[in-house]
Amino acid sequence: MKNKNKILNTALLGLSLVSLSTALVAAEQDPIKVGVMLPFSGVYGGLGEATRNGLKMALQEHAADLQGRTIEFIEMDTEAKPSRAPEIANSLLNKSHADFIIGPVHSGVAMGMIKVLKGKDTIMIIPNAGVNAATGPLCAPNIFRTSFSAWQPSYPMGKVALEKGFKKVVTLSWNYGFGQESLDAFEESFTSGGGEIVKKMLVPFPKTEFQSYLSEIGSIQPDAVFVFFAGGGAVKFVKDYDAMGLKGKIPLLGAGFLTEGTLEAQGDSAEGILTTLHYADPLKNEENQTFRRDYADKFGKPSDLYAVQGYDTGLMIASAVKALNGDISDQKALIHALENTKVKSPRGDFTFSKAHNPIQNIYLRRVENGENQVVKLAASALEDPARGCSM
Amino acid sequence: MDSTLFIVQLINGLQYGLLLFLIASGLTLVFGVMGILNLAHGSMFMVGAYLAWYFVQQTGSFAFSAVISAVIALLIGFIVERTLIRQLYRRNHLDQVLLTIGMIFVFNALQGLLWGNDPLGVDVPQALSASIPLAGIIEYPVYRIFVAVFCVVVAGVMYYVISKTRLGMLIRAGESNREMVECLGIDISRLYTIVFAIGVMLSAVAGVVAAPISSIVPGMGEHILITCFVVVVIGGMGSIKGAFIGALMVGLVDTFASVLVPELSSMMIYIFMAFILLLKPQGLFSS
Repeated sequence: MKNKNKILNTALLGLSLVSLSTALVAAEQDPIKVGVMLPFSGVYGGLGEATRNGLKMALQEHAADLQGRTIEFIEMDTEAKPSRAPEIANSLLNKSHADFIIGPVHSGVAMGMIKVLKGKDTIMIIPNAGVNAATGPLCAPNIFRTSFSAWQPSYPMGKVALEKGFKKVVTLSWNYGFGQESLDAFEESFTSGGGEIVKKMLVPFPKTEFQSYLSEIGSIQPDAVFVFFAGGGAVKFVKDYDAMGLKGKIPLLGAGFLTEGTLEAQGDSAEGILTTLHYADPLKNEENQTFRRDYADKFGKPSDLYAVQGYDTGLMIASAVKALNGDISDQKALIHALENTKVKSPRGDFTFSKAHNPIQNIYLRRVENGENQVVKLAASALEDPARGCSM
Repeated sequence: MDSTLFIVQLINGLQYGLLLFLIASGLTLVFGVMGILNLAHGSMFMVGAYLAWYFVQQTGSFAFSAVISAVIALLIGFIVERTLIRQLYRRNHLDQVLLTIGMIFVFNALQGLLWGNDPLGVDVPQALSASIPLAGIIEYPVYRIFVAVFCVVVAGVMYYVISKTRLGMLIRAGESNREMVECLGIDISRLYTIVFAIGVMLSAVAGVVAAPISSIVPGMGEHILITCFVVVVIGGMGSIKGAFIGALMVGLVDTFASVLVPELSSMMIYIFMAFILLLKPQGLFSS
């Protein structure tokens, strides 16, 4: 009887050892789960697609860095609807057990995701949404951003405007968080250098009937106009600005989104517009040249800012997995590795601030012949002030 | 606001209002005659703009694109009425809403498949691309004036057709008593097809003429639809005259609100609508 028990015990022990070792093997061969929360339909559909393309391209190029681990993508369409964000984020976190959750494009969706993911056992990397709070009051060890804060692209434009000798400026944007944060950042540097904002106009989102605002600008006749608009609104605004006869008389300045992905639709109306951004398609560095060529070969269309941001997100993941020899189970170690990543991006190298936002160059660009040509470096290694972040 | 700026803003408001009328007229016409609440009306505005973009790319001629887009819209209207809308005449408004919301999704998906999601732009036709100096440094684009004139002409033609022609007589008869029209031996179902197709065409034509002064983006139809409903509700559901007056009012209210009370401008047209409905619960010109 005793013997029998002993045999049984040994057998059980053996069995459990076997299962334990298979578990270990499984852990090493388990794919890294990357949840993707981007808009694949609707107004921001094009942005979501470019981001995803860039992300996948980087992870394919650096497959060797993943130490034999494969990537499993779980893609979710946010439709850029903030109301859907918590539900999707929850399912990626609790059902799919994603190691990384990449997203979103839209700042409202970002707020919803952060609410669910902050402090949880996953890494959230924001490849676009620029709402200041994500790396400000809401910053968290497991939240990173590879794009920008709203403050970053607009702040340097204040100094540029002063250098150009502009004293009185009208600012204009859609009346929502990101637009206001952009105007505030411009105002911060412009007024601290002695400039004056003669009027700040906030257009209800997503209204694109700009005639009354443009008429008023024409009657105020400021030295320059600074705006934040993106996508369809940017196309409409730039064309209307030209049609109302303001182009060429009152210089138009903007956060770079004014002329990103919109130049073809804007046509001649966009010529001469000055914008500041952390990227420009024609940047001369080697990474950018290679990236643009490979992207166009692979996807059959030109790359853009959003593709770059997706690409850098992929680079960041690959680099951290490599640094940890493929074992990303320890979240603290993973966060440490991500924090210390130096991304060799097409936009130029960048590192991360304490609040996990890129410390990056901002370029002054001017639209010439339908392209955002780089005029100069508007700010070197600019770090977001991360107001309200206690990390 | 000085007097020149006031006049400029007045022109802005009227011009915006006239464009709104062009879109809203089809919506109210279809509702008035057929009792159909077509939520996909805004989608046809979007389709018109995309068709204009596509044909301008292909042929370079805006006038040709406008005509061919209008014809295509007429065909779409014809097919949609014969296959889908026809099933709904004896159903309630909720069923109509369900079907036409479904059509919005279908049109949006088709737009994504055919033309992608990037914002597109159509150049103003060469002959109309000049600007007229107005006040100080402000110039007014000739094309916008053309759009305003075009809308006035359409309004005139609609007035003429409805009040002076046989088709108009039938439309008016159909509005007030469809059984009686049928009893008199008129093929009401053919009339419905014609009216629906014209309604769709009006919306698409509005999309075409608006294309050079808008950005062509996914979802542009839904934004305009809401404003159109405000116009139609203010004017009285089904009344063309009401749509005309309502559209001009909404255009002016929206324009001046954005200058005078910018903080409230996003809700001003709704406040205005509520105010009108308090005075006239059926709208200004409801029959």
